[in-house]
Amino acid sequence: MSVQIEEVRPAPTRRTPTHDLTRTSGIGLGVTMTWFSLLVLIPLAAVVTTAAAGGWGGFWRAVSNDQTAAAIRLTVTAAFGVTAVNVVIGTVIAWVLVRDRFPGKGMLELVIDIPFALPTIVAGLVLASLYGNDSPLGLNLVNSGWSVYLAFLFVTLPFVVRTVQPVLEELDQEIEEAAASLGASRFTTFRRIILPALTPAIAAGAALSFARAMGEYGSLVLLSGNLPFTSEVTSVRILSAIENDNRATAAAIATLLLLISLLVIVVLDVIQRRVASRG
Amino acid sequence: MAERHRYPKGPTTYVLRALVVAYLALLVAWPVALVVTNTFEHGDEALRTILEDPDMQAALRLTAVAAVVATAINTVFGVSVSLLLVRNQFPGKRALSALLDLPLSVSPIVVGLALVLVYGGRNGWFGPSLEESGFQVIFSTPGIIMATAFVSLPLVIREVVPVLQELGTEQEQAAQSLGASGWQTFWRITLPSIKWAVIYGVVLTLARSLGEFGAVKVVSGNILGETRTATLAVEEKYLNFDQEGAYAIAFLLASVSVLAILVVFVLRSREARR
Repeated sequence: MSVQIEEVRPAPTRRTPTHDLTRTSGIGLGVTMTWFSLLVLIPLAAVVTTAAAGGWGGFWRAVSNDQTAAAIRLTVTAAFGVTAVNVVIGTVIAWVLVRDRFPGKGMLELVIDIPFALPTIVAGLVLASLYGNDSPLGLNLVNSGWSVYLAFLFVTLPFVVRTVQPVLEELDQEIEEAAASLGASRFTTFRRIILPALTPAIAAGAALSFARAMGEYGSLVLLSGNLPFTSEVTSVRILSAIENDNRATAAAIATLLLLISLLVIVVLDVIQRRVASRG
Repeated sequence: MAERHRYPKGPTTYVLRALVVAYLALLVAWPVALVVTNTFEHGDEALRTILEDPDMQAALRLTAVAAVVATAINTVFGVSVSLLLVRNQFPGKRALSALLDLPLSVSPIVVGLALVLVYGGRNGWFGPSLEESGFQVIFSTPGIIMATAFVSLPLVIREVVPVLQELGTEQEQAAQSLGASGWQTFWRITLPSIKWAVIYGVVLTLARSLGEFGAVKVVSGNILGETRTATLAVEEKYLNFDQEGAYAIAFLLASVSVLAILVVFVLRSREARR
């Protein structure tokens, strides 16, 4: 799903070694980069700088505070758990969407995109109405640690499905037929032929879903109750530090989150590059 | 598309189908349907109350303004950056294309914090000097627009870049060799060919912008009638035990986002058929 830039072979004429910008595109690059810096890069740099100003000791004190450490533990565990679920169910959903045919399949396509476009606060509200106090199902997850898992599952639903689906559509079914005609069972064909081809896409989707879960906030507000040591996630800790005007602490926890996001993006980039070079 | 099934449709097919339908129903379809039934429990009274409340009108207007401005900025930015990334070579291009994805994996709360640290009026990096010249960002509309633009930044780019790559440059070169200027080539050749990708990007950006909550919560100050957006009003109403009001605003927001997905879905399947 990441923006991937194919290397366009440059025309041999009119080209300096480092760039081929005309005056208009040069100005365009300048303007867009200024805006990008003002909006994204400088503010994110400010977070890291503010965190670094407290030194290693300050950083460590901020993230090892009992309540914060518990929040980080819960967020990381839930993000990993939900990503593992998504790897399985996301691949199954993509499989059903591509290979199965039945009336109403188009509706499923729509339903999968809803978590992406639905405001997160509304996501929390709707989940609370099915899994809350007067749940028609008789389940009450509100204010428990499980509500965090539920909210994460909702907001990360589209990622694995939408990265795996296009790869599965492109997959050559003749190879599967060949495997079958050579006597491979359905399961063997899946494990030996299909799964290896899907692995990079699954990994990319998993990385996106993990990063999304790590930073989730909006869907938890009305759902988890933000109880310390039970259902409080990292984003909530950052917000309370901001509200107490404790910027150094907020920046330290935020930097930890940013580092994790960055790590995930690098992994994603490496995986996609490997796929591109193989294909 | 003619499909040949080497394996007969066995029980596995039906088990998987049932599993997927049940999972999606329990996780998404049923909860989202409940927002509709809860809103109209007492007819359209809840919805009417919201639409007649001047504070809510202000909140809805602010949400609409922030979303439209942020979408406009991201569209111009997104198309320009996509063109630069696909058509030009320059140092740092790889790093830039990786960094452009960053906003999707940064927590909304961190986005808010980052903007406050730079544009905060009291002790931000640029905030105090901007306020001296009479331009308040944080706790004001510009901050809300920036937070919204931040979180939905890559969506247009993600739609446009693949289409531009497929497109190639032959038509553009032909236009230029016939004497078209850069602008003419862009308006007459490039833009019409990436039209649909831009439209998908705009619709998705708009949907995402209308619903931003965490980042806006940090930068807005949540002042009633001034900087309270629709999503913030959902939280406030729900926590003040005005469930009907919360559901009514949630219903409005959810309708817009479902409509956005529907538009993209219909356009895409139409294009696929062509």
